[in-house]
Amino acid sequence: MEEHTSETADARVRAHARGSAISIHGVVKRFGEITAVNGLDLEVPAGVCFGLLGPNGAGKSTTMRMLTAQTLADEGRISVLGYELPRESKQSRLEMGVVPQLDNLDVELTCRQILTVFSRLYRVPRAERPAAVKRALELANLLPRADTIVKELSGGMRRRLLVARGLIHGPRLVLLDEPTVGLDPQVRQELWTLIDGLRASGVTVLMSTHYIEEAERLADTVAVMSSGRIIAQGTPADLVRAHAGEQVLEVYGPPERLAEVGALAAEKGWSSRRSGPAVAIMRAETLNGQAPEGVRRPANLEDAFVALTGEEIE
Amino acid sequence: MSAAAREATGSAPRTRRVGRLEPAALAGVMSRDVAIFGRYWKATTFSSIVQPTIYLLAFGLGFGTLVKQIGHIKTVQYIGTGTVATAVLFSSAFPGMFNTFIRWQFQRTYDAMLAAPVDVEELITAEVLWISLRAGVYGMAPLLVALAFGLQPEWGMLLVPFIGFVTGFGFAAFGVTIAAVAKTIDNFNYITSAVLTPMFLVAGTFFPVSALPEGVRQVAQVNPLYHCVQLVRDASLGGLGTADLGHAAVLIAFALLMWRLAISQLGRRLID
Repeated sequence: MEEHTSETADARVRAHARGSAISIHGVVKRFGEITAVNGLDLEVPAGVCFGLLGPNGAGKSTTMRMLTAQTLADEGRISVLGYELPRESKQSRLEMGVVPQLDNLDVELTCRQILTVFSRLYRVPRAERPAAVKRALELANLLPRADTIVKELSGGMRRRLLVARGLIHGPRLVLLDEPTVGLDPQVRQELWTLIDGLRASGVTVLMSTHYIEEAERLADTVAVMSSGRIIAQGTPADLVRAHAGEQVLEVYGPPERLAEVGALAAEKGWSSRRSGPAVAIMRAETLNGQAPEGVRRPANLEDAFVALTGEEIE
Repeated sequence: MSAAAREATGSAPRTRRVGRLEPAALAGVMSRDVAIFGRYWKATTFSSIVQPTIYLLAFGLGFGTLVKQIGHIKTVQYIGTGTVATAVLFSSAFPGMFNTFIRWQFQRTYDAMLAAPVDVEELITAEVLWISLRAGVYGMAPLLVALAFGLQPEWGMLLVPFIGFVTGFGFAAFGVTIAAVAKTIDNFNYITSAVLTPMFLVAGTFFPVSALPEGVRQVAQVNPLYHCVQLVRDASLGGLGTADLGHAAVLIAFALLMWRLAISQLGRRLID
């Protein structure tokens, strides 16, 4: 145990010296004909909440699986908490927590049983296990449901239990893969509070999401991923400024009018997109009086995301 | 990491050896099995007692009135020891196939565990170890039932759980290997009917292998279950001899081979 502690401290020092909790260089991953990750470079600084934002199929989940060495890169280098993957991935997994996108809880076991099993897998010393389990149950607001089997929990409770399971050992890095996908707004809000609490306590969080709002609300830094690589990175505000400007002009009208405005934007070289019943023109502050009639609003991360990826929001 | 990269990042060369087959990881994986077993032990125990009872009643009352002896062994002794092997086979090969497939493909339990500090080798070893421990214990059930039917107690019977454990280890790992290569859970039907059923019949469980044609007898020699039956019978009827070292060696070799095969086959599917 003594040796283990000093080794942990050693790794911490190294990760700190580098300033990165996760460092990915030139990583490529192919599945047959498909290249899921295509020359990925990513540095996640220690202590931040880092959002990996991208449309479905951008390679986010593959990236997450590579960080636990459940998927092995074909090319490139990955290090997590100062450990080289895949060789030292077991060490890195000891010090991080993972919350998967797909519910993989044991439906026949109770919350307490699941957390106890994982406290052992994460090598929590025997004497500390009951306290660790209680702490995780409290964190996930599941103490009254401690002895309920998973089958009888609601979707939101199951997701909170998944989070609690990944935090049982007090990790200093947490991977959250699409943490709120498929949840109703109220449950999503609960999870956001939980994730925000993690960041506040100094845990490094890497969160993949395709929800713009989630990234905007929670992430200190957002990296936009598309077709297996990072195409832009920065704080949400920086990304908005760089890719959508200050203001967006939304022009409403019947379909013919929208087609007209779209053609005008193309002609003038303005960046624009269809946004529901309107055409949205980015960087409205630079239009210099040539702008059609419309409603101006501040640019947001969604505008930047669409401008970057060319993807529409679901 | 290249020397240049190391210098650039300021990290020291790494010398730490990451442990293989750590007891803590094995215990962690098995603690989950124990928790699940806590919900099913009654059903498992019930069937493990009732099944050999039915075999012994059916064979004893039906067959046994016609045949008092099989070879030089009394029918109850023959069937009682034979069903130990079938109990071990079914309580290891089936969980090996079905539990593995369900936990891996449907419940994604293995994905969850491999995200924790557990590697494929530990995961599979722990699962196989748990199944074989259970097979060793439940393999005793037919013997206990046979004792009630008049089988004489022998000290050698104390070896039976160990024989069941080693045999169960091999068949559990065999089941894991099948689960790893099966496309769907329905494919298990092929294995059950074409491999396991003939295997448990051509093993000297209910009738002697010597009664079979020469070709089939040869096949029985490479059937691990045949060696399990022989060993259980010799241990339980007080007839242990040097031939049993050979039977034990075959069972151990089978267990080791299947263990490595299960790890390599399922490992290839779990880590992509």
